[in-house]
Amino acid sequence: MTEALLEVRDLVKHFPLTQGILFQRQVGAVQAVDGVSFTLAPGETLGVVGESGCGKSTVAKLVMSLEKPTAGEIFYKGEDITRLSGRALKAVRRNIQMVFQDPYTSLNPRMTVGDIIGEPYEIHPEAAPKGDRRRRVRELLDVVGLNPEYINRYPHQFSGGQRQRIGIARGLALNPEIIVADEPVSALDVSVQAQVVNLLDRLQNEFGLSYIVIAHDLSIVRHISDRIAVMYLGKIVETGTETQIYDHPTHPYTQALLSAVPVPDPEQSALRERIILTGDVPSPANPPSGCRFRTRCWKAQDLCARVEPPLTVPAPFPDPATGAHHPSACHFAEEKQHVSGA
Amino acid sequence: MLLEVQDLHVEFTSRDGLVNAVNGVSYAVDAGQTLAVLGESGSGKSVTAQAIMGILDSPPGRISKGKILFRGEDLLTMGREARRRIRGEKMAMIFQDALSSLNPVLPVGYQLGEMFRVHRGASRKESKAAAIELMERVRIPAARERVGDYPHQFSGGMRQRIMIAMALALEPDLIIADEPTTALDVTVQAQVMDLLSELQQEYRMGLILITHDLGVVADAADVIAVMYAGKIVEHAPVDALYKRPAHPYTKGLLESIPRLDRKGQDLYAIKGLPPNLARIPPGCSFHPRCPIARDRCAVDVPPLYEVAPDRSSACHYWKETIGD
Repeated sequence: MTEALLEVRDLVKHFPLTQGILFQRQVGAVQAVDGVSFTLAPGETLGVVGESGCGKSTVAKLVMSLEKPTAGEIFYKGEDITRLSGRALKAVRRNIQMVFQDPYTSLNPRMTVGDIIGEPYEIHPEAAPKGDRRRRVRELLDVVGLNPEYINRYPHQFSGGQRQRIGIARGLALNPEIIVADEPVSALDVSVQAQVVNLLDRLQNEFGLSYIVIAHDLSIVRHISDRIAVMYLGKIVETGTETQIYDHPTHPYTQALLSAVPVPDPEQSALRERIILTGDVPSPANPPSGCRFRTRCWKAQDLCARVEPPLTVPAPFPDPATGAHHPSACHFAEEKQHVSGA
Repeated sequence: MLLEVQDLHVEFTSRDGLVNAVNGVSYAVDAGQTLAVLGESGSGKSVTAQAIMGILDSPPGRISKGKILFRGEDLLTMGREARRRIRGEKMAMIFQDALSSLNPVLPVGYQLGEMFRVHRGASRKESKAAAIELMERVRIPAARERVGDYPHQFSGGMRQRIMIAMALALEPDLIIADEPTTALDVTVQAQVMDLLSELQQEYRMGLILITHDLGVVADAADVIAVMYAGKIVEHAPVDALYKRPAHPYTKGLLESIPRLDRKGQDLYAIKGLPPNLARIPPGCSFHPRCPIARDRCAVDVPPLYEVAPDRSSACHYWKETIGD
């Protein structure tokens, strides 16, 4: 493996729960992210999947330094960015940009497209000389497949897919190395989603970008990711290459998640084995002891309530040549095939 | 036939002029059958459902033409009272967003019981007992203790199950579910869809499932109607449609799904954008985005051609589409 561009180590983010108005005291904490580690290599796409409340968006905010972690480190090219502030932080931020989920609320309706895409240059004037900015914005519009003549239009004059392209153009303005995309296509119409996925793919090849893609649509994540991390209640429960996760999942949560995805093919759909989980995701303010998934797991035993399973390669799969040889946080990890329709 | 929609037209007046949201839609559902209406935003799938339920915002909306037959009786010509009795008693609707469909200041048990008080004249005590029974039916744990809880105290999946309970309360003949699982996580979506189809079979209800998700449709539906720009462009049994789509739009949608054997390649993408309903293209409304469009498509409006006895396609070149 090449040297990591980004390395996240034991990242923790707890949001305090307070009581009282004048004298606030902490009564607990929402454990949004609780000990997450991963790496991102240059040109690689890491997919982060999980259900709402699993902490995947908080991970994105931490990587963007929009939130300060409670504990843990984020190394960008060997430098811990959680300790940076002021000018040094600003310099790092230039290289890590974000594309948001909702193209309707993430663009200022009172600004023209040219001003929106050009705004990063106001914050980082060294990125482009003033006289050259309009030309750069036109170029960016062209790169994302929009007519450069639209530079003076407003966001409401565009469709959802076009707005998402504007958001992507803004993310590209400063020539970043990493783009964090939080649900980049989920707000778009089905026939337009594929257009945006192809655009992200093309831009990655053209500019050598690294992506962290956060999404709940497992088939799209599979299509664009090289490696995947599955999150549940603030922790990564399983991680591996796209084939390892989709074809050889060993964690029961990953298996349930994959089997729950509706398959757009009636024949396939009848063939596969479905695992229907009972109940809902527990509150991250009060997660279960031991393994956090045990309250919904069909394999749970006493051990699971007492001992938290570490995220390591499970003992039953020692052979690195097999697909099941990848980190999975389960005491009773077992390989299951044919659960995925994605 | 339980429900038959015949040549329905719905228009809205807006600043852009007259918007033709539904342009001649016909479909039918029988008892125990699931019809999936598939389409993107603006395809008219929800407006058609609202017209059936009689909850269309009018004005600005207006049904300008067509019939909606419920057990042979036209809902559009019957009196207000008669229509009101059918709605709720005989047909019910499940909405996408349960949190905004439930009243936040009333306990869920009270809202469930309301069905029995209003339609059946039940007392408070009777309606509370009925509400508990319904909550148990849709597998809300500890229903007896939770009957007095407010909507915000339930999770998203449980709220959606309460919506299902409310729709089922009076054992209707027809249920219209408008994107019932779109707001839910996949593992919860699977639970809710399973529950819905189980209850449907038990009560032999007709179900109209409105969705944009090709996966949900494949799992749950018997028949599919694909809508585009206010029209049905393809109508077919599920298996046949997925195996050999007969309309370029359906084919494009199916091909744009990421698939294992095409990893690393570009996804097939339908070019362009769905049309503005105030300016629907002439001829076939899909022709500006269609990969096989010819000159004729910009002029001639394609009728629904019969492809097989139980399926049809609104494409002049359906033979070519289905063939390869």
